[in-house]
Amino acid sequence: MAGIEEHYDVVVVGAGHAGCEAALACARLGLETMVFTVSINSIAFMPCNPHVGGSSKGHLVCELDALGGEMGINIDHTFIQSKMLNRSKGPAVHSLRAQADKAEYSRRMRMTMENTPHLSIKQAEVTDLIVEDGKVKGVHTISGAAFYAKAVVLCTGTYLNARCLFGEVIIPTGPNGMQAATHLTQSLVDNGIEMVRFKTGTPARVDKRSIDFSKMKEQPGDERVVPFSFTTDPESVQIKQDSCWLTYTNEKTHEIIRANLDRSPLFSGTIKGTGPRYCPSIEDKVVKFPEKDRHQLFVEPEGRSTNEMYLSGMSSSLPEDVQYALYHTIPGLEHAKIVRNAYAIEYDCINPRQIKHTLEFKNIEGLFSGGQFNGSSGYEEAAVQGFVAGVNAAMKILGKEPLVLDRSEAYIGVLIDDLVTKENTEPYRMMTSRAEYRLLLRQDNADLRLTKYGYRVGLISEERMEHVRKKEEAINKEIERLDHVSLGASPKTTEILESLGSQPLGTAATLSELIRRPELDYEKVARLDPDRKPLPEEVVEQVNINIKYEGYIKRQIRQVEQFKKMESKKLPEDLDYETIQGLRLEARKKLNLYRPVSVGQASRISGVSPADISVLLIFLEQRRQMQKRENEEK
Amino acid sequence: MFDDTIAAIATAMAPSGIGIVRISGPSAVETADRVFRMKSGKKLSKCHTHTIHYGFVMDGDRKVDEVMALLMKAPHSYTKEDCVELDCHGGPKVVQKVLEVVTQNGARLAEPGEFTKRAFLNGRIDLSSAEAVADLINSKTDFARESSLSQVQGSVKEKIDDLRSVILEQTAFIEAALDDPEHYSLEGYPEKLSLILVDLFQKLDALISSYRNGSLLKEGVNTVIVGKPNAGKSSLMNMLTGKEKAIVTDIAGTTRDIIEDQVQLGGILLNILDTAGIRRSGDKIEQIGVGLAMKKMEEADLVLYVVDASIPLDENDEEIISSLRDKPVLVLLNKSDLPPVVTEESLKQKLPYPVLPISAKQGEGMSLLEKKIEEMFFNGDISFNDEVYITNERQKKALQEARSSLELVKEGIENQMPEDFLSIDLMNAYQSLGEITGETVEEDLVNEIFSKFCMGK
Repeated sequence: MAGIEEHYDVVVVGAGHAGCEAALACARLGLETMVFTVSINSIAFMPCNPHVGGSSKGHLVCELDALGGEMGINIDHTFIQSKMLNRSKGPAVHSLRAQADKAEYSRRMRMTMENTPHLSIKQAEVTDLIVEDGKVKGVHTISGAAFYAKAVVLCTGTYLNARCLFGEVIIPTGPNGMQAATHLTQSLVDNGIEMVRFKTGTPARVDKRSIDFSKMKEQPGDERVVPFSFTTDPESVQIKQDSCWLTYTNEKTHEIIRANLDRSPLFSGTIKGTGPRYCPSIEDKVVKFPEKDRHQLFVEPEGRSTNEMYLSGMSSSLPEDVQYALYHTIPGLEHAKIVRNAYAIEYDCINPRQIKHTLEFKNIEGLFSGGQFNGSSGYEEAAVQGFVAGVNAAMKILGKEPLVLDRSEAYIGVLIDDLVTKENTEPYRMMTSRAEYRLLLRQDNADLRLTKYGYRVGLISEERMEHVRKKEEAINKEIERLDHVSLGASPKTTEILESLGSQPLGTAATLSELIRRPELDYEKVARLDPDRKPLPEEVVEQVNINIKYEGYIKRQIRQVEQFKKMESKKLPEDLDYETIQGLRLEARKKLNLYRPVSVGQASRISGVSPADISVLLIFLEQRRQMQKRENEEK
Repeated sequence: MFDDTIAAIATAMAPSGIGIVRISGPSAVETADRVFRMKSGKKLSKCHTHTIHYGFVMDGDRKVDEVMALLMKAPHSYTKEDCVELDCHGGPKVVQKVLEVVTQNGARLAEPGEFTKRAFLNGRIDLSSAEAVADLINSKTDFARESSLSQVQGSVKEKIDDLRSVILEQTAFIEAALDDPEHYSLEGYPEKLSLILVDLFQKLDALISSYRNGSLLKEGVNTVIVGKPNAGKSSLMNMLTGKEKAIVTDIAGTTRDIIEDQVQLGGILLNILDTAGIRRSGDKIEQIGVGLAMKKMEEADLVLYVVDASIPLDENDEEIISSLRDKPVLVLLNKSDLPPVVTEESLKQKLPYPVLPISAKQGEGMSLLEKKIEEMFFNGDISFNDEVYITNERQKKALQEARSSLELVKEGIENQMPEDFLSIDLMNAYQSLGEITGETVEEDLVNEIFSKFCMGK
């Protein structure tokens, strides 16, 4: 093939939320990195909802920030409204969500990329992989140019063989009319990669000037905004915010939908891809929950440089005329002008059991992947995977230990382990109920949990690491102190406790014990604690949480210890499960297919029973003893 | 290597002789000290390894049994861990009670085959025995599965499933509200959950106490007598029990329900079920009896198939034969006092089971039968062992664990813990209950959230 030939350390395919994090991580580690995008205008583009974060997704963004990713910083600079969700609930489920100015978000990320040393950006469709002897060597673009690299990271999002649908209309493009990538799938299949087809959807955008906001309920942002990034100065995010608006569908809306179901490609069978259950179209909601007489929808600004408003909760693939009719039944949208129709989108992605926890393909060395290409959904899920894939491509090239977080360390660990271990039949979305140790995996302690890993791979500065070390030290010291300051039942103590609406002491109690009372906390017992020295707010927060919820936290720590034991029992990569006596047939098949790295992971594969796990443990011990004996004989 | 302490009954279950409760693990001695009293008041922890001590197992202030305690400190024990064996004298029910006391004082019930597994994993047994260990563990787990199936069918499973679905639905509601707080509100929810808990506690307690009663009945080899109508099943039952319990008449189809009795035969305890004669009949009531008989046969440890030697085998016999399959079966050729139509040889050719001629009416063949059953038992052909009711004990334990988790939920509500803490303990309860019915958690919660609550953007 005649044409351009260039050499890089890493090639990243796609510049969405996954591709950006992958490319930035590699370039920042000093590797020559080339990132391809089908459209330079779609860098860090948000084709669906206009927000970053949300329940459990906020956790992902904070974790990514602690590791040295870009998403948190980028949204802190470009948000127009912010809310801490679940504030009335436990600290583990507090979740940040910010409305982005979409154009600004994309523009700032593009500038960051363009100004990062060692990072090149090129607009071109990648058409095939160059693979030799099971190792990836680079990619070809549509012009036949060859870009050689030591590692390739695939972050193709929803672009592979994409088509958009509403009613009888089918348009062969990626999201928002962007060019689809129509060649790469074939090359992947030729290289033995199993592809699946998923589906998702997006609601309509309407012109702000045509909306009657007086019929809707205003949803303002928080009074005091908390930033995503641990590096952002909290004062810098106290900006003037924009509002979102709440309104509801009604019986009339539902009637129109029911009368036109046969014209929806979802119900007529035109769409074959599997859609996500957490992101149902409005027609899905009406069919699945017929007893609900209304569904809520949020009207959200897309940014400050546009009049477009996003109708959150109203994704649909009904025909245009039906969409018009149904929107117009909704209070405040009676005269709404639709700028962009709602549509469903179908695309190719992989079955993620083909990749390892490092996000490297099991069958092609040096090939990594992240984001919706791996069968996930959501900007945040994509970003963290892109980051992990990029970092691990870099670690491989640099000959360093890969970055693998486990389920007890991070939501990122839960997300990736779920993807590579469990049957994935729909686009995977992070949920707080998926994290079994969530009391330990809080947004507020993401820095304490993960900064060390970012530091180890080289994306966190010594200064930032030192700050976290000092913070941790201060927290431990203060908890230790509070555990040992004991108060007697003196009249003064009684008086103070009564003034705080708390029972007087019967016998002596430590300050920690008092903090644990439901009506008290660290701040409230200040008057009983004259020796207290002023501490930074971030330290106080951790001290309070750790003391108040100590019982629950300790129980989870014990569970984690059990979990770690099973994770540490490694299974050899080349094990042939067909040869292990006593494993049930289904378990043999599944284990050979998934090739788990540890007994712990094996136990999470559906179809592997506790009895099979016993057999595996026995087998490992046999093998260990056999090897020991062989060594002794030598 | 293992940081928990396990206990189980280490002897095969027989109604006489010594029963041993074995305790193994880091806190084995400590656990034994909590339940075992020597006259001198000395503690086992102060005694030398490999010594025997006389004393009592106590449940609080109440004596449970007079026992000998064997102390074996690590690494010189079967499992290479600290081990204590309590040799009990009071028969199966007392041994069971001793085990119960031990498990309430620091040990947990051992899984089937777990002592052997530990012995192996701690390097006590060498490679040559390893294959056998793997086989053992497999067969034990298969066995456990089978036995849990036979016990957790019908109403118990139904009850547990009901409890689980209530718990799952509540958890899913909390999780849905955490996931989509702008859609589902938890305001006033803890009060509602409190009421649901009251109901759950009631149902759990009823189940826990029913298990205490139920486990006693389960001791022994479950033996089912089957045969076509009037083959002499009831006569056999009477011969075995020495009682006129079943109604014996010449009218075929007299026994319409299941008659149950315990019989000690050559040192082995049999739970004998006499069943309705199996035949195709128009009588509805009799059909119910036949269905019941078939089901009992499925669950039995031993099947006694009674054949009428005085008349030819017919379609009813064929039906019975086809459902015997690989069960341990003893074929009893009854009415050997009458002129034979069916011979012992012809039956042996037709069926892969031992055949014994008897005459239930005359009471002949009893000693032969006794000997044969004993032989099958000690050869291990009857896959019965003491873990049948240990499984029960485990189930009770799981119920109690579920209860403790729900108590934590209640405590959480009283302490005004945020709802996300409540759902953690709810899920623990759900998991404990699942262990009884052999179900895992997997994606249950996520599926429930999506099926019951309308989520998402």
